[in-house]
Amino acid sequence: MVIFDIKNLNIWFDSTQALKNVTMQVLPHEILSIIGPSNSGKTTFLRILNRLNDLNARFKMNGDVWFNGQDIKKVDVELLRRKVGMVFALPLPLPLSIFDNVAYGMKMAGVNSRKRLAQVVENALKQAYLWEEVKDRLGESAFKLSGGQQQRLCIARTLAVEPDVILFDEPCSGLDPISTAKVEDAMVKLKEKYTIVLVTNNVKQAARVGDRTAFFLSGELIELDKTEKIFTVPQDKRTDGYIRGKFG
Amino acid sequence: MRKIKEFIIEKLILICGIASIFFVVLIFLFLLKEGLSVFNIVSPFNFLFGKSWYPISEPPQLGILPLILGSLLVTLGAAIISIPIGVGCAVYIAEVAPGKIKEILKAGIELLAAIPSVVLGFIGMVTLVPLVKNIFHLPTGLTALSGSIMLAFMAMPTIVSIAEDALYSIPKTYKEGALALGATHWQTIWRVMLPAASSGILAAIMLGIGRVIGETMAVMMITGNAAVIPQSILAPVRTLTATIAAEMGEAVVGSEHYFALFAVGIVLFFISFIINVTADLFLHKKQ
Repeated sequence: MVIFDIKNLNIWFDSTQALKNVTMQVLPHEILSIIGPSNSGKTTFLRILNRLNDLNARFKMNGDVWFNGQDIKKVDVELLRRKVGMVFALPLPLPLSIFDNVAYGMKMAGVNSRKRLAQVVENALKQAYLWEEVKDRLGESAFKLSGGQQQRLCIARTLAVEPDVILFDEPCSGLDPISTAKVEDAMVKLKEKYTIVLVTNNVKQAARVGDRTAFFLSGELIELDKTEKIFTVPQDKRTDGYIRGKFG
Repeated sequence: MRKIKEFIIEKLILICGIASIFFVVLIFLFLLKEGLSVFNIVSPFNFLFGKSWYPISEPPQLGILPLILGSLLVTLGAAIISIPIGVGCAVYIAEVAPGKIKEILKAGIELLAAIPSVVLGFIGMVTLVPLVKNIFHLPTGLTALSGSIMLAFMAMPTIVSIAEDALYSIPKTYKEGALALGATHWQTIWRVMLPAASSGILAAIMLGIGRVIGETMAVMMITGNAAVIPQSILAPVRTLTATIAAEMGEAVVGSEHYFALFAVGIVLFFISFIINVTADLFLHKKQ
């Protein structure tokens, strides 16, 4: 079984090509890390998977992206985004309380029972390793949390809508090492239930948590293989150069 | 040499700064000096809540309650019309409209702001007033309703442009965050964007209303100018501003009437002041 099946994907923003002929698969219950220098198309690729690029009027794509056997261009976009959650680079709580931030997605989906919401919120916060720190102040504004806590809140918010896949877009770029370690721990636990695609600028992070790693360069997929292989015996010398820090 | 130049420029700027405050204070003091004398003739309570405004009868009756109610009624009507349309328009421009329509609409709103109020009043007089008269079978179409509709047009550009700015200044990330959770576009606008922009939108509304309260020419032309307590929105009314504009020319300098009109000016000043301060509070809350 394959979660995402991507074939000959080409992306343009106006006349600039952002992705060139990418063909790859995302497998169930793996952490797929995507590494590469900036402007290599990593984030663009990630935002294809939940169709967030659609917001950009200059966006054009051709090629096929299949999600659980369905063409993502044909599925209902709100449903797709509920199944494919996303955690952004900067933690972006909504201007609401901690509880309402986590409950937000469920409410949008039409769940209104207080009991059910309370249960879902507690569960999601536990899975994101945040429950113990916030359980006594769920009514406070989410902006009062620290950066690391806000990022875990965003993870909880994504989990609350019960997705199949979680996309992480450089989730630790604004966090200190301790918060980063907590988020990474959460990711490793989460892959038991979910499939994770992780875009990261931190090569070591990919090595720590990724099952497979893909290396993008200037919009092309250079190499995709098991993480140990990419980091020990890469097939392409550009991959080797990047992970050794020769450019990037 | 350079130091002298520096010194002179600094002082010049200082004088400019002080001058603007100085003139405002002067105007305010003059308004107070002329206006407060009216309270030698009539108590502040009877002035504000007196039901009849007959400034040239003998003895003059100087109760401005009908004028205050006239202003409030027209303003309220204009607010009810312009707020939903204005905010809706701002949401459409900021969030929904495709590029070209957005540009056309923005230009249209700016054009609306550029129409002099006397022209709007004139257009209202020849088009809107007969329409109101015919629809409601009234003896005259010069009513508070006509004034409200015309003033709504004047408040709209302010409301739309400031509310639109407020919507634009929301971080893009809020929108993406909500959409990524599977919210629809409308849910995102209603539950995330509008609450996040609420202080800016409230400020927009207050400034729009401030413009309506202070508006003179158009209301004078189309509200009928009857200084009686209005029984309904379909009755003629007279506003505070229209009273000053219409009567100042014929009031004898130094008469009770003259002082009373200045006192009306003080009342208006305070209403505008409160509205502007409220708007300011909302705007600062945003930052």
